[in-house]
Amino acid sequence: MVVAAADLRAPARADAAIPTVQVVDGFDLTDVLTGAALPTAGLITVAVNPDGTASFALPRAEVGQGITTAIAMVIAEEMDLALDQVHMTLADARPELLFNQLTGGSNSVHSLYNQVRVAAAIAKGQLTAAAAKALATPAQGLKIKHGIIRAPDGRATNYGSLTKKAAARRSKAVVARLKSPSQFSLVGTPQRRIDAVAAVTGQKQFALDLDVPNALPTMVCRPPTINGTVQGVANLDQVKAMPGVTDVAVIPHSKLVAGGVAVRAQTFGQCIDAVRALSVNWAPGPAAGKSDASVLGDLQQAELPMTPALGQALDQRFTFYFRPGDPLETNCAVADVRPDKAEIWSCLKSPVWAQEQLASLLGLSVGNVTVHVTEGGGSFGRHLFADAAFEAAAISKAMGKPVRLMWHRTDNFRQGRVHPMCTSRVRISYLANNVLAFDQRHTSVATDFGHGLGELLSAQVSNLPDGNFLAYSQSIFTLTANVPYNFGAVTQLLNEVYNDDVTFNTSSVRNIYSPEVTTAKEVMVDQVAKKMGQDPLQFRRAFARDDRMKGVLDAVAKAASWGRSMPAGAAQGIGVHHEYKAFAACVAEIDCRAATVNRTVKDGYTGPRVTKVVFAVDVGLPINPLGLQAQMMGGIQDAIAQALSYSLHLQDGHFLEGSWDNAYYTRQWNVPLDVQVIVLPATGTDPGGAGELGVAAAMAAVANAYARATGNVPTSFPINHGAPLGFDPLPTVPPIPQSPTDGLSEVH
Amino acid sequence: MSTHSFVLNGKPVSVDCPDDVRLLWVLRDLLGVTGPKYGCGLEVCKACTCHINGKAFNPCAVPVSDIQSTDEITTIEGLPATVGKDLHPMQEAWLDVDVAQCGYCQPGQIMAAVALVKEAKAAGRSVSDADLDGLRNVCRCGTYPRIRKAIEAAAAQM
Repeated sequence: MVVAAADLRAPARADAAIPTVQVVDGFDLTDVLTGAALPTAGLITVAVNPDGTASFALPRAEVGQGITTAIAMVIAEEMDLALDQVHMTLADARPELLFNQLTGGSNSVHSLYNQVRVAAAIAKGQLTAAAAKALATPAQGLKIKHGIIRAPDGRATNYGSLTKKAAARRSKAVVARLKSPSQFSLVGTPQRRIDAVAAVTGQKQFALDLDVPNALPTMVCRPPTINGTVQGVANLDQVKAMPGVTDVAVIPHSKLVAGGVAVRAQTFGQCIDAVRALSVNWAPGPAAGKSDASVLGDLQQAELPMTPALGQALDQRFTFYFRPGDPLETNCAVADVRPDKAEIWSCLKSPVWAQEQLASLLGLSVGNVTVHVTEGGGSFGRHLFADAAFEAAAISKAMGKPVRLMWHRTDNFRQGRVHPMCTSRVRISYLANNVLAFDQRHTSVATDFGHGLGELLSAQVSNLPDGNFLAYSQSIFTLTANVPYNFGAVTQLLNEVYNDDVTFNTSSVRNIYSPEVTTAKEVMVDQVAKKMGQDPLQFRRAFARDDRMKGVLDAVAKAASWGRSMPAGAAQGIGVHHEYKAFAACVAEIDCRAATVNRTVKDGYTGPRVTKVVFAVDVGLPINPLGLQAQMMGGIQDAIAQALSYSLHLQDGHFLEGSWDNAYYTRQWNVPLDVQVIVLPATGTDPGGAGELGVAAAMAAVANAYARATGNVPTSFPINHGAPLGFDPLPTVPPIPQSPTDGLSEVH
Repeated sequence: MSTHSFVLNGKPVSVDCPDDVRLLWVLRDLLGVTGPKYGCGLEVCKACTCHINGKAFNPCAVPVSDIQSTDEITTIEGLPATVGKDLHPMQEAWLDVDVAQCGYCQPGQIMAAVALVKEAKAAGRSVSDADLDGLRNVCRCGTYPRIRKAIEAAAAQM
């Protein structure tokens, strides 16, 4: 405040902006996660096979984000192998890895990069020493390419023939000789996904594609309100006698198991029939009677006070409604629970936590529970939890048979984990052409961190100023929310409601707080720039705290021809975001003209169309620029949806949306025709995070473009949430709809 | 329970099951053909898109009894054989553009894309932006722009 007072007379020059310093500047969530993984880095091993290839069982989940490819590149680089000489699998749960098998916080590449390099370099060092001995040549003179080791005189050997000679008979300490980034020839080059052929030929196996003997299709009849519970079943025996049905069992609801009435049958079609036929007496869940309006009221009640305004102030509250965390693959798992052991297959981003919980749930020792991590058909935070694995295990135990559990899409929307509804109030105090203070009060339905991220933080929390005082949510908020501008005195505070974490099923849906925090912040940045009569881009450059931020801003401004003339009803908008040791900037162009907004698509939502997106990212050290582009492109599609159309309506304790034609995620008719992603050259030696990086800047850019195109500053997201529903909600009893039968009339 | 016969990826198959079981479950649960994915069972997300006699359809919305014994059902597994190659040009384009992320929707996307290009070609025109806008397949990873690029590239090779 004192500084602010001293600067009141300052002119609007960049060097006159009032410096801002935050805790997150020096230590962020990425540091927490990477640091927590380090103690077990010595358990990360790369295997060299007799055919000269390398194998690595990745202790992370692959859900489409491309980390199997990126990590294979790192191994190939460090070992001088070709990319296709590295075989990647997903590791089973390895409890000895402690905090080093968590896939979250866009942290996998950052946390594994040096661990994997060291393991690969040690392997290469052993092989090189063995080659030097075999060829009777000093190791320094050997050249290695694609696993073939050549002496200066042309004689050669290869990794495959050296595996026995290179193996150490006992553990010993060695110094790993890592390549310097200037020697990289593979890392930093665009590489296609290593699993692409499997994906395009239908050979890529997801949990439900696995051939586990006798694991018959299984589904659950779920309650009409969120987290309702079974009181009784009127027709259990009749349903058990239906065609194809083998078992019906009541699965009690608990903190870990959603539960309901489970049915197992020869086909999923017969499961659907049985679920629909069940007559269940339900007790309502704790969300009974709640609606968007009641939750909004609760959020406003819980909002923490703002700092009193200095000078002039802009003050605005933004509302962000619930939105689904649905991947395209619904929650699913295969479970084979026996009296003395259990085997589970599921896409799990916290498999160690899941294994420990499963053991407890089943009354088995951890060592008797084998947890296989399967390839995931997307995640979006859903797989930080193990909802399907826990439920499948409970059902398999109750039925005494292996089960192949699949959630119906309608259940996935209505009972699955969601991004919590929240408000974000922003106050910007300014005088003349300077910003004196920035306050943000983020108030959210609690995000569930019960998957063990809390354990990570509790281990690391003493690294924080006042760290022991902060609870998990506040820690994560403090370590992610930031203001990348010199805005003087900055406060960003979180408060949460429904901390009991049973009222709503939530999780860190790509991403935890950042898209909302940043969109609210960036919309207000545009507004204060407007008040000062400054261009949004120039304003951001002038107040930027970091040159890397200016770098991404300049890149998008140039590529998007920032400021180009647009027709009335169309506009450009800009957004910027800093997180995961990376910077991102986005220019979006939106068309809000009536002819576009009023397009009609059968059973589809149209509305404004984002026509062009230019996105630039500086991740420090890019490992795979092609994979980074894919991640940003996906984040952009999320951002468009979150800003314009994608949400859940809460009414009477349940969500109305039950299909992809109700929940308006981006579809082809709303995809920008022009999307350019610029990956800036390396600005550092560590790879920043990418998985969630694309969403916030793009969502802010779309919101700002909408404001400039229409003259209406959006304060409620998605912007169509308050409009009349564009669909007839599916019934809640029975909980899932029957599949259509008219598919042949739709052949084209 | 009755016996249902049809041609699957070029080979005759027979399966015993009730008439109203949707073809998707016959393929996945009874015949073990897992390329077509479940995404909703409501004929909305299109993840299960396959071909019947060369045209796109969604087996989640077709009772097996609606399939005739002479009907040729093609799943992603049988797509390359329809052009006598290891990979269909659409799959080649998918690899060139590196379309896939998680891959879950991609078999359905590719089957829908092949039908779209064939439909446009049969009408004597090239694939337009409006055609691409009309693809309903959901991709939750957001690979949409690359899907458009791959289809345009493949159309030139089909």
